[in-house]
Amino acid sequence: MTDSLQAIAPARRWGKRSPTPVEPAKRVQFDRPLLPWLFLLPQLAVIFVFFYWPSAQAISSSFYLEDPFGFGASFVGFDNYRDALGSVEYRRIAGFTGFFTVVVTGFSLGLGLLFAVKADKVIRGRSSYRTALISVYAIAPPVAGLMGMMLFDQHIGPFVKFAGWFGWNMQVGINYWDTAFAMILVSVWKQVPYNFIFFLSGLQGIPASVREAAVIDCRNGFTRFRTAILPLLAPTAFFLLIINITYALFDTFAVIDVMVKDKPANNPITLVYKVYNDGFRGNDIGGSAAQSVILMIVVLVLTLVQFRWLERRVHYG
Amino acid sequence: MNRSTPFDHLILILATLFMVLPVVVAVMTSTHSAVEIHQNGLFLTPGSHGDETYTTVLTRQGGFTGQVTGTRMMLNSLILGIGFAVGKIVLSMLAAYGLVYFRFRFATLLFWMIFTTLLLPLEVRIMPSYQVMSSLGLLNSYTGLIVPLLASATGTFYFRQFFKSVPDELLEAARIDGAGPFKFLWDVLIPLSKTMMAAIFIIMFVYGWNQYLWPMLMTTDERFFTLMRGIKQILQVWIGSQIPDYNEAFALAILALAPPVLVVVVFQRWFIKGLTESDK
Repeated sequence: MTDSLQAIAPARRWGKRSPTPVEPAKRVQFDRPLLPWLFLLPQLAVIFVFFYWPSAQAISSSFYLEDPFGFGASFVGFDNYRDALGSVEYRRIAGFTGFFTVVVTGFSLGLGLLFAVKADKVIRGRSSYRTALISVYAIAPPVAGLMGMMLFDQHIGPFVKFAGWFGWNMQVGINYWDTAFAMILVSVWKQVPYNFIFFLSGLQGIPASVREAAVIDCRNGFTRFRTAILPLLAPTAFFLLIINITYALFDTFAVIDVMVKDKPANNPITLVYKVYNDGFRGNDIGGSAAQSVILMIVVLVLTLVQFRWLERRVHYG
Repeated sequence: MNRSTPFDHLILILATLFMVLPVVVAVMTSTHSAVEIHQNGLFLTPGSHGDETYTTVLTRQGGFTGQVTGTRMMLNSLILGIGFAVGKIVLSMLAAYGLVYFRFRFATLLFWMIFTTLLLPLEVRIMPSYQVMSSLGLLNSYTGLIVPLLASATGTFYFRQFFKSVPDELLEAARIDGAGPFKFLWDVLIPLSKTMMAAIFIIMFVYGWNQYLWPMLMTTDERFFTLMRGIKQILQVWIGSQIPDYNEAFALAILALAPPVLVVVVFQRWFIKGLTESDK
């Protein structure tokens, strides 16, 4: 029998702190040394071939300058990184990516929270509102992008006409900031349902007794929300923050690709789009790999910083 | 407890309009002819050309080789969605079982190796992944379409969390009855996980169906095009045409969004449960 404690890493996912640094996955376990390998083998094989191998290749080819016609590669050290970080274009795109990420994350979280708070409050029609608000979750980013293209179409788009009434000559696909506006709107629209689902389930997890106590203590609805409900939602919000940043950085690729229609020249693009564009269009394999590695580092740093830094300020109920 | 006010309903109605109206417009407009749309803009009422447009989109031989129809793309999307979901459930359930129910060396190391895959999405290693696929000769194949997407640990974590919540007494009882690891998995754990599997299936089906970048790179052969790839195609044809086929583009968008939206709406309860409970 194997009742001994076993040190599998803690059950620690985003934002949840485990009581002890190391806890066993199970008190009771099978004690066969080889069998678990058999169960893990398929997953490990896929991860090695399609995760670790390409990641290692990205790192190694970022130090090489590859001949575009396939005649070998020469070691160039950190040149690819220097080229990327030194170029004005790269910095401009990085700046836009930062701006885009902040705006998309902020609006999707804000709207998701607002809708969830209201949907939690009403009783009549609650399930209809909920169904309507989550249905868009299942729409793929490129489809959202295509629909956005139509709504912002120069010729038939109602948004363009609407903007025209206010003297705004909106030219999506031509004017840099008009395109950025359309991209942000589509990206936010696509992401609100996800945040809505999580905030609503977070709100519904707050016990009635806590809410009633808060009503007695504080008459002002907004203050009550800010001081009693919001801290209880902090773990959810913290988890969503990371997910939303990742979404804005990576998953919006399809929205951007559809909306700039292969003409990134004068249009706003994000860093992921540039990795793709330089690698597959420009055939600059080393440069594209270096940019991939930079993005990997950004994601890793972001995750670690948030784990260490934000976690301390989050109140766990 | 707080009473709801008309103001709350107002916000929710505006929210619903904001989320749903674009979809309604897309559905309605797709039933009008391209010329009508060109002249009058988008529609909020149904038109009379729906049958025609959808039949064209589903059956017309498109593309450069004339080998791809809307039906074919839909079938490919379905294969990708279902293949991905099933593959993910099988791989991650086995891996989670190995991690949770066994005592063996390197378990911690393996856990972290799998965990790391959560940190880096496919998009940041897209170029080398493509090169790996090409050197394995897997371009333009269903294997190449599905298997690389499985290289992430989300499903493993869902199942791991779930297995940990299963009472220990079950394993003790099963062992007293003489059940080995395979029997325990098959007769106890899998029946217990049915709801969880359904929830993960829905999430993963939607994820697989909606894949865009990877299928776009992997498939140059039009027989393997998915609906998402078709959307890119229709926009490329669009540039430079006199009256763009707005109706067909909308119809394609509706075909691409209807299956996942229906799945999520119909199985809403499982879907939300799977999504929120396993992510905490």
